[in-house]
Amino acid sequence: MYSKSLPYMLLLPATLFLCIFFIYPFTLVAWQAFTTDTGEFTSSFFQEMASHWKFNTALINTLLLALAVVPFQMALAIYMATLVNGMKRGRDAVLYIWTIPLGISDLAAGLIWLAIFEQSGFLNSFLHTLGVVEQPVGFLGYENKGIIFLAIVLAEIWRATSIVLVILVAGMGLIPKEYAEAAEVFGASRWQRFTRVTLPMLKPSLQTAMILRVILAFEVFAVVVALGGTNLPVLMSEVFTWQYELRDAHVAAAYALVILAISIAFTLLIMWALRVPKGARV
Amino acid sequence: MKPVKTLLSLTLATGLSAAAMGAANAEVLFWSTQANPPEEQQIMREKVLADFEGGADFAPSEGGPWLTRIQAELQAGEGKIGVLGSLHGDLIELSDGLVDLSELDTSSMNKTFLELGKLGTDEQKYIPWMQATYIMAANKKALEFLPEGADINALSYDQLIAWSKTMAEETGSPKFGFPAGPKGLKHRFFQGYMYPSYTNSMVTKFRSAEAELAWNKFKELWSYTNRSSTNFSFMQEQLLTDEVWVVFDHTARLADAFNQRPDDFIAFPAPAGPTGRGFMPVVVGMAVPNSAPDMEAAKNLISYMSQPEVQIETLRATNFFPVVDVELPDDMPASVKAAGAAVAAMSGSADANPGLLPVGLGDLGGKFNAVYVDAFERIVLAGQDVREVLDDQADSLRKIMEEAGAPCWAPDAPSEGACPVD
Repeated sequence: MYSKSLPYMLLLPATLFLCIFFIYPFTLVAWQAFTTDTGEFTSSFFQEMASHWKFNTALINTLLLALAVVPFQMALAIYMATLVNGMKRGRDAVLYIWTIPLGISDLAAGLIWLAIFEQSGFLNSFLHTLGVVEQPVGFLGYENKGIIFLAIVLAEIWRATSIVLVILVAGMGLIPKEYAEAAEVFGASRWQRFTRVTLPMLKPSLQTAMILRVILAFEVFAVVVALGGTNLPVLMSEVFTWQYELRDAHVAAAYALVILAISIAFTLLIMWALRVPKGARV
Repeated sequence: MKPVKTLLSLTLATGLSAAAMGAANAEVLFWSTQANPPEEQQIMREKVLADFEGGADFAPSEGGPWLTRIQAELQAGEGKIGVLGSLHGDLIELSDGLVDLSELDTSSMNKTFLELGKLGTDEQKYIPWMQATYIMAANKKALEFLPEGADINALSYDQLIAWSKTMAEETGSPKFGFPAGPKGLKHRFFQGYMYPSYTNSMVTKFRSAEAELAWNKFKELWSYTNRSSTNFSFMQEQLLTDEVWVVFDHTARLADAFNQRPDDFIAFPAPAGPTGRGFMPVVVGMAVPNSAPDMEAAKNLISYMSQPEVQIETLRATNFFPVVDVELPDDMPASVKAAGAAVAAMSGSADANPGLLPVGLGDLGGKFNAVYVDAFERIVLAGQDVREVLDDQADSLRKIMEEAGAPCWAPDAPSEGACPVD
């Protein structure tokens, strides 16, 4: 009897924690997005959100950022993971160095890149020393939305590739060597071994990494604010603005639900796209 | 022997920490939105509040969290916060939860600010704590480019534009700087300086022909403004890096420049437009919430903060000016001397046209500011049509005024009911 209930007992603390600190606040937020202060049901907060002149820009910017960052990040992480896995010596040292950004907060990462790109920053000093520019260039001015976007993409790739890398390195370690050896015996090239053996076997890890990254990409905030200020609104920065500057918790909650909806939609999409058939599981 | 020793030290330790806890609990919690930067906090704790009997626990925070916590305590009817320190506009939002402080001695205080502290009731809802305003500052290198015959202490907006234009052309890059960053106080410029100077109004004439002219003038000024201004929030930084030479900002946000290089910069009044020299006095007040744990101690702290010598220490800490009559000592920082003269020249000028911080908006203050910030972002940054944007933003402004039911404040003429937007 005891052994049957043991797993549930072990899961109970974490479940309780999530119920109290996630599910309960979440229901409050959802409630806030749909009801007025007097408790009437309304969709006016969603209307107010959607009719605000920044909403479309914020939505498009968020999606574009995710689109620019995540695929490149996945490819880069897969490449780095294969390199790490192929190493005979120094594997750990390289892995440690590559995962340094994991320990840096996103705001700090944003500030590091700000120190590079700002008008009195490293890049300007460097270009000035080389004689490429006469005067410091304002890379992050409001007219250069493209450069701001690029700087954010760079900072995000630098900052968050390591989490994907860690998951993939662990995933590759789980793939039995026999498969690769068998493929080699049958004369598969390195590229074929990678595409026909490693990648399919890596699907579960890829799925985990993708879901994690995509969700975090929709919540991008600190890096954007550090580098772009209010020049490049994203969904999360709008949540912050509505909550703390415009002091309208209802519209902020509506924004939060939009982010949640997008995250859930993409999670389902990734789960479906990278599903592993029952019979093919290791 | 050993166990006994351990036990002893444990008892001692818990006893001591309990004593420390007791002391911490007895201190008055001073919950403030002001003096938030770390160096200001330090001076507040070590100098300003050091001599207060019974001790004060100075806890500054950002505006949003500040409001959230005090509202929660007021709702609960009990709390830890003893004294609130914040802007007039923040305290208005809490008006119903504040105790009457009429019994305190306020004989040496600025009467205008005391009247503001009643928040439209017959009770003294807050006691003025300190004051500040926004001024202009310039690097002395900029002075040679001043237009012919212009008096730096009585500039007009047209002269400022001409000056910025000359500087941009002669030096090869725009030298006017404007705090348009995310934390910049740009909305105060539009509300308290541009609108009063061009329309003699802040709200009612928001979309008038005069306002249209004002925005077009600002667009002109913007063409000679440093392009990175949208990342500037504290103009002292850009003055010190020489990125810009002429700026507009809050006195507290210019202080470092004057203190670090007093011989390089001058402070001067804001320019004047067709309807006078608009400027915005900022009043910070201290109040006691209904939920305060120890009313007596809280009131004592407010009396303590109102003493002339403490007011001078506060000025050293925050660069906000006293609200009581004091003789400023000669050893005041350079920033105080420079800004003090400019503030006096501005508020004492013949064409002075003060525009108060918004009054009676409750928690719609942020949305009110956003009307002006959005107008700026759409007209100046996105290049949208001035007339269309003003009409559109005026609708938002009207909605806010009606929802708040806030009557007009200076420079707009007093109104019955919500301040109208023509």
